[in-house]
Amino acid sequence: MMATTPGTIRIDNQEIPFTPGQTIMDAALAAGVYIPHLCHYPGLTPSGNCRLCIVETGNRSVAACITPAVAGQEIRSNTPELNAARTTITQMLFVEGNHICPSCEKTGNCKLQALAYHLGMLDDHFPQFYQRRELDASHPDILLDRSRCILCDLCVRASREADNKNVFAIAGRGTNAHLTVNSPSGKLADSAIAATDLAATVCPVGAIMIKEQGYQTPIGQRIYDRRTIRETGLQEHIDKKNDD
Amino acid sequence: MTSSCPHNSSDPPREHLLHRLYAVQRQYRHISPQAMQQIADEFHLPLGQVASVVAFYAFFSTQPLGRFHILFSNCTSCGYLANGENLLQLLCKQLQTSPGKTRADGLISIDETSCIGQCDRGASLLVNDVPITGLNPEKIAQIAQLIATAIPLDAWPAQWFEIRDAVHRRELLLTTQPAPGSALRQALKQGIGETLAAIRQSGLRGRGGGGFDTGTKWQLCREAPGDARYVVCNADEGEPGTFKDRVLLRIHAEALFEGMALCAFVIGATRGFIYLRGEYRYLLPQLQAALNRRRDQGLLGGNILGHAGFDFDIDIVAGAGAYICGEESALIESLEGKPGIPRIRPPFPTTHGYLGQPTAVNNVETLIAATHIVAHGSDRFNSVGTPQSPGTKILSVSGDCRSPGIYEYPFGVRIQQILGDCGAGDAQAVQIGGPAGKLIAPADFNRAIGFEDLSTGGSFLVFGQQRDLLTIHRNFAHFFAHESCGFCTPCRVGTQLLKNTLDNIAAGRGSACDLKELQQLGQIVQRQSHCGLGHSAANHVLDGLQQFPQTFSSHLKQSFSARFDLDQSLASARQLTHRGDAAAHLDNG
Repeated sequence: MMATTPGTIRIDNQEIPFTPGQTIMDAALAAGVYIPHLCHYPGLTPSGNCRLCIVETGNRSVAACITPAVAGQEIRSNTPELNAARTTITQMLFVEGNHICPSCEKTGNCKLQALAYHLGMLDDHFPQFYQRRELDASHPDILLDRSRCILCDLCVRASREADNKNVFAIAGRGTNAHLTVNSPSGKLADSAIAATDLAATVCPVGAIMIKEQGYQTPIGQRIYDRRTIRETGLQEHIDKKNDD
Repeated sequence: MTSSCPHNSSDPPREHLLHRLYAVQRQYRHISPQAMQQIADEFHLPLGQVASVVAFYAFFSTQPLGRFHILFSNCTSCGYLANGENLLQLLCKQLQTSPGKTRADGLISIDETSCIGQCDRGASLLVNDVPITGLNPEKIAQIAQLIATAIPLDAWPAQWFEIRDAVHRRELLLTTQPAPGSALRQALKQGIGETLAAIRQSGLRGRGGGGFDTGTKWQLCREAPGDARYVVCNADEGEPGTFKDRVLLRIHAEALFEGMALCAFVIGATRGFIYLRGEYRYLLPQLQAALNRRRDQGLLGGNILGHAGFDFDIDIVAGAGAYICGEESALIESLEGKPGIPRIRPPFPTTHGYLGQPTAVNNVETLIAATHIVAHGSDRFNSVGTPQSPGTKILSVSGDCRSPGIYEYPFGVRIQQILGDCGAGDAQAVQIGGPAGKLIAPADFNRAIGFEDLSTGGSFLVFGQQRDLLTIHRNFAHFFAHESCGFCTPCRVGTQLLKNTLDNIAAGRGSACDLKELQQLGQIVQRQSHCGLGHSAANHVLDGLQQFPQTFSSHLKQSFSARFDLDQSLASARQLTHRGDAAAHLDNG
């Protein structure tokens, strides 16, 4: 093993400084090193559920977003094996839900779709699950389509931590896991959510969308038409740092 | 069902959320949205959290269950297919109902559940939480008759509910029982330092299968900063094929409680919990009685054995049908009244456990061993076993053998000897440590039980020559898909894909590429999942592909066949158009 100065880790042989308490993900993004991720969002408590940020340290595979950086860590991230595993995990998310990219309003702004492009995913590979999942159009400003939910838990955390409202929860086990709304009727209309909440806008896919804004930005001029998910992922981190 | 242990004001409400939900379900046979709202108000919890808990645990239902609610085990040893006949279908037919639905008159509901830990007793079920074992078609007919005539459970044949534990081999732990209080007196006499030293010197390692050094765990917990410390006994033995804790809880509960008190003494805890799997709820009355007896004897409560300031008491929390709660951080989440989703580790429970405080989580058998070590000394304990695995291991042996039951062996015992002792002369394979463990072929029957070779929580499943191993793999795959908590992608989706692929191969629609598929998928699930459940969920498939490739290859189609059954896929169209005639089927059209 190469000698490492204190307070640094090495990701794919690149030396990266970290401050105590930082995760591998935080340190990587701060140094401009992109590790693919869906359930991580700067400023929200990391969860570690999507497993796209898997990296290898020693002979272990860990999620970079929940693993503390430790001085001298040798980390592999951008390797063919790990990117193949990430592709498989992305395919799993695609077949589990009902993802209708060509007709989805989120197309071009969707992190799942952008990540699939980033990883060079060419097909779903696995048979579709075709699960029936409930749609909630009750709220005047916000649409909730569970068919497109990837259970990343970002809206749950955003509502609890950023909006102080606790609007969402995930209930059920295994592939029956689904997003629930914390209101007496279980409908969004009866919840405290507002279109300006982080919980209403943080969704990486087309599961939670703001109504009456459809196609304001034409296809071809959307987020991931202009920049890669790598660039946006790094920018999100910088934006959050500037906010703080 | 909660004990009378006093709670601090900072603790959650007096009654445990799972117990409150259970009581509501018992009374109203389901948990309605109104009931959830009411409970949320009582416990000052968001409604969403209560709903998440109800949805997470398999034993809770939002739809009314029958007055007789029957859950058949679907384990390979105590499941409803165990003696070659589908006993679940048989009972459904006789009572004119179907699985998973409550009969219109509300009398009966029948469903299946993961292993209920009666594997030495043959096909088994739970009726309103009470096990009936040794099922056969005659017994099923009698049960159908009793239910049809609405005979209350306490008037059913008493011998059905008699508990018989088959203990076939005894060593250190099962031959003698230390007199209640003897280990505690010894600990008080020698002090904390020497008591901990005895545990450390014994080399005792966690009996749940993980094998973490118990003395180290206690020491870490003792040294961790915190406002309070907790002792937790993991009695959520959910690994299919394991039933040794069921027997230990019944016969050796005193030594368990004493082990918990010893741990409390060492780490400085005043409160302990036994997390009892919901399938063993029927053991609660006798466990509570034993706890009360110990309180009367001064072995629990304030100033234990007259030792000023040594206060410790134990609550029992019953689970509600979730294998994942055997994982220690999921167990702690469940103790805190939440869905049992494993936490991010580190930090580990020794520093951040129950309510974020240092917590020692130990297996039932580990705590009983601790009592023996303190009572009889560490030398006696590590005089048997191997250097890396001192002491003995209690195995739950079941499957295709003449004498299923409990066997205690010194660590280092060879598989061959166990098979000989239990009367399994012609075993085709052995699954060690349950579906999450290791599949062993005869060439490896000279391997040994121990942390350095074959580690096991105690499950020892024997498969005879006549068994179709693909059926076993499918059973295990269905088990993991059902028990995956759904938190992380590789486990949530991967266990479903493994299940679907194996079902497809069994249905004769598999091809050679499916074997490669199973291999790759298995490795992703094993390597990339969040917790131990995912890490071990594909073990059986990967072992099977390596050790018994013909299990899968013999079912493969040589020529092309579609991955899905087109005729089957048209079933919903036939249903919509009310067509069942031959012309509506592809094969006969």
